[in-house]
Amino acid sequence: MATDHTAQATSTAPQAESKQPASESPQSETARPGSARGYPRDYAEWEEEESEWEAEVARHSRLHLEDRQLAQVLGWVSIGLGLVELAAPRALGRAIGVGHHPIVLRLLGLREITTGIGLLSERALGDWAWARVAGDAMDLTLLGAASRSSDAETGKIALTTTAVLGVTAFDTYAARRLTASQSAEAPQIAVTEAVTINETPEVVYEFWRNLENLPLFMHHLESVSATSERISHWVATAPAGTSVEWDSELIEDEPGRRLGWRTLPDSEVTHEGMVSFEPAPGGRGTVVRVDMLYRPPAGKVGARIARLFGEEPSVQVKEDLRRLKQLLETGEVATTLGQPSGRRSLLGRIMLGRRLQ
Amino acid sequence: MRAVCWHGVREVGIEDVPDPKILNPRDAIVKVTSTAICGSDLHLYDGYIPGMFRGDILGHEFMGEVVEVGSAVKNLSVGDRVVVPFPISCGNCYFCSQEMYSLCENSNPNAPLAEKLWGHSPAGIFGYSHMLGGYAGGQAEYVRVPFADVGPLKVPESLSDEQVLFLSDVLPTGYMAAESCNIQPGDTVAVWGCGPVGLFAIQSALLLGADRVIAIDRFPERLRKARLLGAETVDYESTDVLATLRELTGGRGPDSCIDAVGMEAHFHGVVGAYDRAKQAMRLSTERPGVLRQAITAVRSGGTVSVPGVYGGVVDKLPFGAIVNKGIILRSGQTHVQRYMRPLLERIERGEIDPTFIISHRLALEDAPEAYEMFRNKDDECVKVVLRP
Repeated sequence: MATDHTAQATSTAPQAESKQPASESPQSETARPGSARGYPRDYAEWEEEESEWEAEVARHSRLHLEDRQLAQVLGWVSIGLGLVELAAPRALGRAIGVGHHPIVLRLLGLREITTGIGLLSERALGDWAWARVAGDAMDLTLLGAASRSSDAETGKIALTTTAVLGVTAFDTYAARRLTASQSAEAPQIAVTEAVTINETPEVVYEFWRNLENLPLFMHHLESVSATSERISHWVATAPAGTSVEWDSELIEDEPGRRLGWRTLPDSEVTHEGMVSFEPAPGGRGTVVRVDMLYRPPAGKVGARIARLFGEEPSVQVKEDLRRLKQLLETGEVATTLGQPSGRRSLLGRIMLGRRLQ
Repeated sequence: MRAVCWHGVREVGIEDVPDPKILNPRDAIVKVTSTAICGSDLHLYDGYIPGMFRGDILGHEFMGEVVEVGSAVKNLSVGDRVVVPFPISCGNCYFCSQEMYSLCENSNPNAPLAEKLWGHSPAGIFGYSHMLGGYAGGQAEYVRVPFADVGPLKVPESLSDEQVLFLSDVLPTGYMAAESCNIQPGDTVAVWGCGPVGLFAIQSALLLGADRVIAIDRFPERLRKARLLGAETVDYESTDVLATLRELTGGRGPDSCIDAVGMEAHFHGVVGAYDRAKQAMRLSTERPGVLRQAITAVRSGGTVSVPGVYGGVVDKLPFGAIVNKGIILRSGQTHVQRYMRPLLERIERGEIDPTFIISHRLALEDAPEAYEMFRNKDDECVKVVLRP
């Protein structure tokens, strides 16, 4: 086995190295021959890579601890203010001099609580902080409108406006900082998923190698078309009804064993990965393992929204592999879409969602 | 078509719903001629199985006539009379090829839900919560049967619906429970619960060579049926079950214990009240009184076989007894497809007449009252067969 791996080292070196976490790894390929040979890899090396990765994560955590605290403070302040607006809109209206507008203040309270929860979610902190800035702008506009109404107490409103301006300045500062750290955190997502399929590696490989089959089990894909032997064009549905296209290159193709791919440099989406087809022990089929690194389409509105609500690429890959297994083993994908049911409740319709059609 | 729908806790209704369609090449549509209410449907009725939604069509024990087949179904044709097993199994995956059909890896479209709770997903089941696939069930005029080339068993015209209907679930379930006990000559088997599964477990244990079967329940009509099968009976309301079992087995304990009750065991006293309170407050999904008793009663090195349904986490399970007495614990949803054909042969030979469990024959429209009656064991209700 060992000699076999060493022999492969030179041929697979480029993409194996690119699979390293995006840190300046001091080790070269020659110092760590194991890392250069791709898959399958031994556990010692796996652990080494893992601990490197953990160190990287820890470094990030230290760097961004303050940012996270900042987000938490903002989050709790938002929620606190929101609760006051919800619970005592009339008293608050009198205190800040805008008069009697309980419904408006309650809605503003809900907005504050939403952004507060977002900031505490530890996801897309920059985006949530900008949502606060937008909220501040809304508050300032409303204060301007309120000052022209008959029951306005201009002195109090001026004081409130000054305070809100201060808050806006602070929110803008926080949003810029959190956005910086959000992008520094490089939302490059590593996904590893595996499934065991009751078929030979050759059959599974053949099915996958015919890339036009992929949309049959990767439900976010609209189409894959081979433009040449190694290059293919992919169209995927993105959140919020948009679609994303990219070109992908096969960087490794070992019949019956594995396929490696990488998106071409100028793609909207960047990902790279390897799918391997290993015989399961005892003739129990094929272990299909996907290892990929994925960077969501930066700047795309759809991806932004997806991140706000925490869509998980690993779940998507896992479900794709499950469908692949069903398709290869049974010839179809299990479904209940389109079956009858009695009248659903509103809760049921929401919970069952796309399963109902 | 008309269908029995889950409307909420202790509420089912009959609704007009669209007819089912072929959705996949290996589907068939069956026109239901007979369907039954299962004891495990009562767990849905009482709201103890998660993942039920208003409008879900109930029922996993049914049979009927094939009226449409998908393009990939070659072994069935329109007009065939079939009994349909309750687990939906592909026949191709690792578990199906090992004849562990209820563990099919490919038939649950909502596998992630089951994986969250149990680590892995078993097969989908007709009309048994969205966690187990969300498939529309067979207490309806028509039903879509996925993987129809694997599950449905053609039955001869010489046998009536009532003779073969229970091949869909309760007969194989009772049989597998007894088979799991690996019964040896001279063995004593204790069976908790003399509902349909318990009664078939009693009958199967005797068929498989048990020397004695001791049946435990509290309803006179059920204990009577158990005695007719040849069991000795214990009424747990008037007897100390553990002491009686020790005494009846010369101090050693039953060689095997079968829990044919499951998650809604009925018990008196402090422990019964404790379980009931915890379940009522949704702190625990199960009331495992029978399971505890079976583990305590079984002889050292004996087998506890659990066909009764449990869904979640069990509280105060005497695991120390399992370890220190070296107990073999067997359970699982029934691999119905494995047992249907041999049991059909036993029915044809007259060794088993499953019709003795039927207490009520009603119309599909009577389902709401039937569920309530079955739940309360009113009118000596043991098994309800509905005819659409």
